[in-house]
Amino acid sequence: MSIFLNENSKVIVQGLTGSEGMKHGRKMLAAGTQLVGGVNARKAGTQVDVDGTSVNVYGGVEEAMKETGADVSVIFVPPKFAKDAVVEAVDAGIGLAVVITEGIPVHDSAWFWAHATANGNRTRIIGPNCPGIISPGKSLAGIIPANISGPGKMGLVSKSGTLTYQMMYELRDIGFSTGIGIGGDPIIGTTHIDALEAFQNDPETEAIVMIGEIGGDAEERAADYIKANVTKPVVGYVAGFTAPEGTTMGHAGAIVSGSAGTAQAKKEALEAAGVKVGKTPTETADLARSLVS
Amino acid sequence: MDLYEYQAKDLFAAHGVPVLPGRTVDTASDAETAAGEIGGAVVVKAQVKTGGRGKAGGVKLAKDPAEAQEKAQAILGLDIKGHVVHRVLVTEASDIAEEYYFSFLLDRSNRTFLAMCSAEGGMEIEELAVERPEALARVPIDAITGVDKAKAQEIVAKGNLPAEVADEAADVIVKLWDTFVGEDATLVEVNPLVRDPQDRVIALDGKVTLDENADFRHEAHAALVDERTENPLEAKAKAKGLNYVKLDDGQVGIIGNGAGLVMSTLDVVAYAGEAHGGMKPANFLDIGGGASAEVMAAGLDVILGDDDVRSVFVNVFGGITACDAVANGIVEALKILGDDATKPLVVRLDGNNVEEGRRILAEANHPLVTVVGTMDDAAAKAAELAAKAGA
Repeated sequence: MSIFLNENSKVIVQGLTGSEGMKHGRKMLAAGTQLVGGVNARKAGTQVDVDGTSVNVYGGVEEAMKETGADVSVIFVPPKFAKDAVVEAVDAGIGLAVVITEGIPVHDSAWFWAHATANGNRTRIIGPNCPGIISPGKSLAGIIPANISGPGKMGLVSKSGTLTYQMMYELRDIGFSTGIGIGGDPIIGTTHIDALEAFQNDPETEAIVMIGEIGGDAEERAADYIKANVTKPVVGYVAGFTAPEGTTMGHAGAIVSGSAGTAQAKKEALEAAGVKVGKTPTETADLARSLVS
Repeated sequence: MDLYEYQAKDLFAAHGVPVLPGRTVDTASDAETAAGEIGGAVVVKAQVKTGGRGKAGGVKLAKDPAEAQEKAQAILGLDIKGHVVHRVLVTEASDIAEEYYFSFLLDRSNRTFLAMCSAEGGMEIEELAVERPEALARVPIDAITGVDKAKAQEIVAKGNLPAEVADEAADVIVKLWDTFVGEDATLVEVNPLVRDPQDRVIALDGKVTLDENADFRHEAHAALVDERTENPLEAKAKAKGLNYVKLDDGQVGIIGNGAGLVMSTLDVVAYAGEAHGGMKPANFLDIGGGASAEVMAAGLDVILGDDDVRSVFVNVFGGITACDAVANGIVEALKILGDDATKPLVVRLDGNNVEEGRRILAEANHPLVTVVGTMDDAAAKAAELAAKAGA
């Protein structure tokens, strides 16, 4: 097994006909993803050639789902149009919407999250501003390089994209059930806790690596959740010990305000929950390696 | 982007929030003139993007223009928590009957917005939140339904604002919500929101943070950037489209790809630096997933122009871009920079096509470049070279 995404997932791409959509559509196909369609209202009824595979373009998410049985949408549309794209996916009732787009105004993210909640959260949202999700050997929905690591028994959840890649690379000898980059924006759909819950319930996952960074209190709340609910071993890493207070470093979410939200506070909260926290990504990988049989 | 008080109040006024008339000036003599035009007693307020101005002597009452000149003289040039005062706001002195606190902000935990309101304003809100949390109402706001008059009245009631001003305060709160949404703000804070002797409700202060991701729909926001107070290296990086933050007291220049990996690199360097005389990272620089030769050259150019930097650590994970392309980028960047490249570079590459990447760097055999296999070892090497260069 794996979480949220597997070999049976049928994936469409909103924004497939754009340059990012095409580039990563190709990589998703190569990673084994069942890429069943694209969505672009202006190019409905056409086909695009994705490395020799002809993929139909539909006018909307609802139509694409009806025609293909798609249950996952990967969203590559530019920030200006991202809110409408997510709302469309939610209205169509798709199971999983992976929002790769970087630079979405936070009022737009708040809006589509409120909309998804008002619709009973039928649609799981991952992101925005994230690298997506990969269940190695089965499927990729996003931009995570599929050849870094093969399948295995580690589960990984991370705010940061490149730290996701780094950690998958460090632990490529063990491999991953699923790796998820949840994104570093202030408002995101799927959280550390959602992923921890799913990994805990996934028989294929033996241990979990959780990567956080400064800003917000998601790691602190994840620590409470782990203490109460997670019996599988969890290893943690937190980036941003040397980030100065109140300075934004790339991720809109990586803002420290006061004591809560600092890397030190997150590390302490995780350790209090019994999570071993590595000082560097490599040390974290070593800790994780020592926990699996 | 954080705004100055006067900029925040300009936005408030544009959305119909009552503020007192005022002028921003850069010199003490202009402060005197402004005070004369406003008439009567004025308040001279330091314009800096940090709190605690009052305690630091950055806010002073002046009874006439001559005194306004004196007070402005004392405030201009003041250093408030590392922020030098270049500009003051001269504003009408108001009669205050009561002070309240109000803000709209992002509630990350609940993935929505929050209104905070209290009848006990004026003091630092962090103190109030700790000492008397029950006095600070926190009301979640649905992003779609927003804040109408009824919602605003609910907030006012929960914040225990007096009945005589409840209706007017609710009107002001609706207008503050218009500001928050209309300007794509992530914070709108008024402390204090005051009641004057005539029961009028006025925003006496203002803090606004704007979401730069929304700049595409706010052309006017570009004019709010204060280039004067930008760090020159940061301004140079910005002009080149780089995501760069200068750090104080550092000696190791950092270049990496991806915000999380770069933040992690800073930590690993600081950690390794403990064994090398306390060497620290000198900057944050994320060249993004692409890591092309041009971007690498632009990044190196900025970092080598930083006098604090004694060694540079280039830490790239080849994910979307393979390591051979990154290695070519480094070689090309050093060619572009030529004799301007003068400081030792420690390079760590990992990920896709790493062997080819390392081969390219070995073949180029640049005298300044040391290739190290792992992130931890490379950080130690960069710290060691920085310590040596400073000895």
